[in-house]
Amino acid sequence: MQMLADVTTPEIEDVEAIISAKDVSVFYGDKQALNNVNLDIPANQITSLIGPSGCGKSTFLRCLNRMNDTVFGCRVEGNITLDGQDIYAPEVDEVLLRARVGMVFQKPNPFPKSIYDNVAYGPRIHGLTRDKDELDEVVLTSLEKAGLLKEVKDRLNATGTGLSGGQQQRLCIARALAVQPDIILMDEPCSALDPIATARIEELIEELRENYTIIIVTHSMQQAARISQKTAFFHMGEIVEVGDTEQLFTNPRDDRTQGYITGRFG
Amino acid sequence: MTDTSTPGKKTDWASPQLLAKVAQRQRAEKRFRRLGLSAIVIALAMLATLLFSIAGKGYSAFYQTRLVMDVTFSEAVIDPKGTRNEDDLRAAGYGGIVRDTLRETFPDVKSRKDLRELFALVSKGAPMQLRDMVLDNPDLIGQTVPVDFIAGDDIDMFNKGFIPRDVPEGDRRVKDMEIAWFDQLDAVGAVKMVFNSTFFTSGDSREPELAGIWGAISGSFYTLIVTFLISFPIGVMSAIYLEEFAPQNKFTDLIEVNINNLAAVPSIVFGLLGLALFLNVAHLPRSAPLVGGLTLALMTLPTIIIASRAAIRAVPDSIREAALGLGASKQQTAFHHVLPLSMPGILTGTIIGLSQALGETAPLLMIGMVAFIVDIPGGFTDAATVLPVQIFLWADSPERAFVEKTSGAILVLLGFLIFMNALAVLLRKKFERRW
Repeated sequence: MQMLADVTTPEIEDVEAIISAKDVSVFYGDKQALNNVNLDIPANQITSLIGPSGCGKSTFLRCLNRMNDTVFGCRVEGNITLDGQDIYAPEVDEVLLRARVGMVFQKPNPFPKSIYDNVAYGPRIHGLTRDKDELDEVVLTSLEKAGLLKEVKDRLNATGTGLSGGQQQRLCIARALAVQPDIILMDEPCSALDPIATARIEELIEELRENYTIIIVTHSMQQAARISQKTAFFHMGEIVEVGDTEQLFTNPRDDRTQGYITGRFG
Repeated sequence: MTDTSTPGKKTDWASPQLLAKVAQRQRAEKRFRRLGLSAIVIALAMLATLLFSIAGKGYSAFYQTRLVMDVTFSEAVIDPKGTRNEDDLRAAGYGGIVRDTLRETFPDVKSRKDLRELFALVSKGAPMQLRDMVLDNPDLIGQTVPVDFIAGDDIDMFNKGFIPRDVPEGDRRVKDMEIAWFDQLDAVGAVKMVFNSTFFTSGDSREPELAGIWGAISGSFYTLIVTFLISFPIGVMSAIYLEEFAPQNKFTDLIEVNINNLAAVPSIVFGLLGLALFLNVAHLPRSAPLVGGLTLALMTLPTIIIASRAAIRAVPDSIREAALGLGASKQQTAFHHVLPLSMPGILTGTIIGLSQALGETAPLLMIGMVAFIVDIPGGFTDAATVLPVQIFLWADSPERAFVEKTSGAILVLLGFLIFMNALAVLLRKKFERRW
């Protein structure tokens, strides 16, 4: 399968890869969750990771901002570079890395604070703004970019957990944007949302593509097909196939990909 | 649906066996509900009995008998030199004035023995009472004014009905003669029942009518302050470290097991530890709230750590991930998010730990806080006692009048405990969050 993955890579070589993973293996204790994964993430595109439950796609996503470091007993092998720099190098500060590589989680997880404080938290801890006015601006632009400003501008001091599920998820996106990351990782951001809220988030993700590189893990193949330019299919801890979304969904090279996207397993 | 192996065979839900089974299940449920209800009723009845018996014995401690008599503040006795010098006023023979007052009120009493009984009508604290009045207002000298004397404890007991008139004279502490004097005073309206402010404002005393719980309350207060200042920060920091930072290995497992074991160690053992450590090694002052507080802090620490860890663990991981994902460090995550969110639980645990410490007697016996201390402690190193120890001391005293003091002090202690636990409940209710 290694071979196939390598074969598909050249087709998207025309876009510069911002993240490049080489031979990445991840172990949780004795259990191997990822096996020699190779993947290039093109800048300013949406890359979706699909595959059945437990295939390692979330694990891979969490390697990219070193969230796996917080998991006890987790070990990452191989090489992941961001803008050519190894993110697992000893001199890299993983906290700063997470500021550059933002993350949106499966379940909306706003802090139980005001909407304003939710968005302002990142800039505050990183000292991104000089004064209150600047912070206000960052908060408002972030909310605007996340398409939430219109709905909440009269109640910025209301608590973030009081919003609807879709609004909460957009608040989480705004919160991630406020730190001005280059890359946003999204771990099934719509799985807890209804179809209408999902549509809004998808719209938003497509808008964000202009300025951010987005990697999204999703269970919905329609979603992957709708929004992403590049898709990687994970299975049993390996990448089975990776390629242009259109090509992968219309003309998969691997039987397992074919089987998964047509719903025969997964 | 899945049962395709026996097609055609349908369960007859109305068959006698199945109906019997249903009836049996319903009976079992009813039986269990009745058992549970009766358990609660029994527990409540016990609690009510306890409270009523203590309140019934203790409420009279909040009242006190006063005997009103006209006192002549004779200048010749108090201030013969007429200097109004405070030291002279303090040193004057007020006992004589008290005796003169009683002699004047009951001119028929002549014999030495009778006079001694007569003088016992009022409290031994009566001279001090007069002295304080004079020091407060030196203009009293030379005047004759009615004074509310605190009655002696036997008369107080008699007035409260604890010493019945109809038992033979030899069997009661108040003799017929004293009853006659009391009746004489009562007839002219000179016997009053007033709120017992002495009980709430003075320290311990050998004389029940002069004994109060303020000394013990202050001692408990200073002790608890020390306990809180030591155990809260250390406990919360330990809990945060263990939950958020410590690696999971054999060593931290061992620590965890030991903390849980410490919470179950009998409190007297902590008292011995305090004795060995704080008194014998560190040479801190004996009987001091400082040492008591340190000892109780040792005892409270495991409770606070366990409660805090539970509260910290209850903060959902999604909050931690959210903060970490934004580039917050572990420490920022812990202090900006996890700690504030777990604070209600931590405070609840702390208050419960402190209320345990407030009710603790045994460890304090070991470090000398069981001494008879009259002075109100003014600081952390003064000799002091605490409420439960005061109760223990009074319960040990032979005088009848200490029975009501004991119950009264228990009521006060229970009041404090209920207040603290109510505070814990309120905090939890107020800051409870939904995720």
